[in-house]
Amino acid sequence: MNSFLAVFKRELKSYFTTPLAYVFLFIFLVLSGFLTFQKGFYEARQADMTRFFMNMPLLFVGMASATSMRLWAEERKVGSVELLFTLPITIREAVLGKLCAAWVFLSIALALTFPMVITVFYLGSPDVGVIVTGYIGTWLMVGAFLAIGCFFSALTKNQVISVVLSSVACGILVLLGMPTTLNYLAGFLPMGLVNAVEMMSMRTHFESIQRGVLTFGDLSYFAILIAGWTAACVVVLDERKAS
Amino acid sequence: MIEVKDLRRSFGPVTAVDGISFNVEKGQVLGLLGPNGAGKTTAMRMLACFIRPDKGTATVCGHDILKDPVRVRQSIGYLAESAPSYSEMTVGSFLGFICDVRKIKGAARKRALDRVVPTCSIESVYHQTIETLSKGYKRRVGLAQALIHDPAVLIWDEPTDGLDPNQKHEVRRLITAMSEEKCIIISTHILEEVEAICTRCIIVARGKILVDSTPQKLKDENKCSLDEVFRRITKHTGRS
Repeated sequence: MNSFLAVFKRELKSYFTTPLAYVFLFIFLVLSGFLTFQKGFYEARQADMTRFFMNMPLLFVGMASATSMRLWAEERKVGSVELLFTLPITIREAVLGKLCAAWVFLSIALALTFPMVITVFYLGSPDVGVIVTGYIGTWLMVGAFLAIGCFFSALTKNQVISVVLSSVACGILVLLGMPTTLNYLAGFLPMGLVNAVEMMSMRTHFESIQRGVLTFGDLSYFAILIAGWTAACVVVLDERKAS
Repeated sequence: MIEVKDLRRSFGPVTAVDGISFNVEKGQVLGLLGPNGAGKTTAMRMLACFIRPDKGTATVCGHDILKDPVRVRQSIGYLAESAPSYSEMTVGSFLGFICDVRKIKGAARKRALDRVVPTCSIESVYHQTIETLSKGYKRRVGLAQALIHDPAVLIWDEPTDGLDPNQKHEVRRLITAMSEEKCIIISTHILEEVEAICTRCIIVARGKILVDSTPQKLKDENKCSLDEVFRRITKHTGRS
């Protein structure tokens, strides 16, 4: 087993040795269900999951930041980073191991929303493709949020600072694409720049995937976000691991 | 086995390690002594490739700490000052993780565990979570972690800190028993320990090597106890 897998395995197990994981899963599942019905799941009289997926960006801003805040901040605070980086392991392997473990953990959370799918299928005959791309889009977005959170967690030893910074950063990426933000920006920015801002927003790409189409542009948007923030995390950690 | 060449490292305005060079061979037990803030921990951290030197380099078992840190870490058993570990894990699963990272598996893993667990006397706490252990036991887990891959080089930062007198004695015996086969560097503030186990001692202060000798020679030359020698040499070097 290589070092990446060792870190991944340890990290994933550590979620379930404390009650934290179960509390997270519980809160997430309750909120995701509650918001779906509150947004008028029955009233719409449509067998689809639009109302379920539309809550996902903001719900996961909180969830992903809270999951990723401890990744490096805690490790540096208690000093176990000195153990980890005096073992034969590279920073990249460790960062990827932790990121993947967090991603798998939130993927479990996402997978546990399956009763929603069953409900929709029981009530009508929904478009399977749209539901599948909906889950893929959410999953990619979660990866991007975690990469951002992982970066901010490496930046500080304080978990509270880490969670605040990463939820603000993720929040900005989501809210940038809101019609209200764009309309406001259009008031004083040239149209080209407003479009650029729109293209940078996670919401734009997330919603485009929600429509059931996986385009190269949308996929590469998430791939670049994840790779970029992860690379930044490696650089920052290399600089700050001992401080 | 260890060659240190002009190692330097500063943190902001403070120069923690200021150009130290020394060699350590197999069979030697080197005691690194010095007042608080002398640069012992920084020097050891650089050898274990945890922090990078600003200047200079070192080789451990022929591997350069700058060019090949992963190989260096493979050949070192490093115990940090606070003996860090993952507190939510049990001792068993923690050692399992170390074996995973160090690629010790199957029968070799069983042999390694059968060797280090009794050596560090942690059988009784093997299934306990680390956060419930006392300081001494935590340190023993740290020792087990540093010995599990039977490394050629041991770098231990204050290995007996927090241990009871019996355990201190055990650790010293362990070091002496291993000393012929390995190259060992320890840092300590306990001078009897140096007399008891070290075949050589280096006194550092303000990041510089002041003395490189053997404990016996130091005592003979100065005709006083090691405590007295240490005080004389480092009297005017404390950071203020």
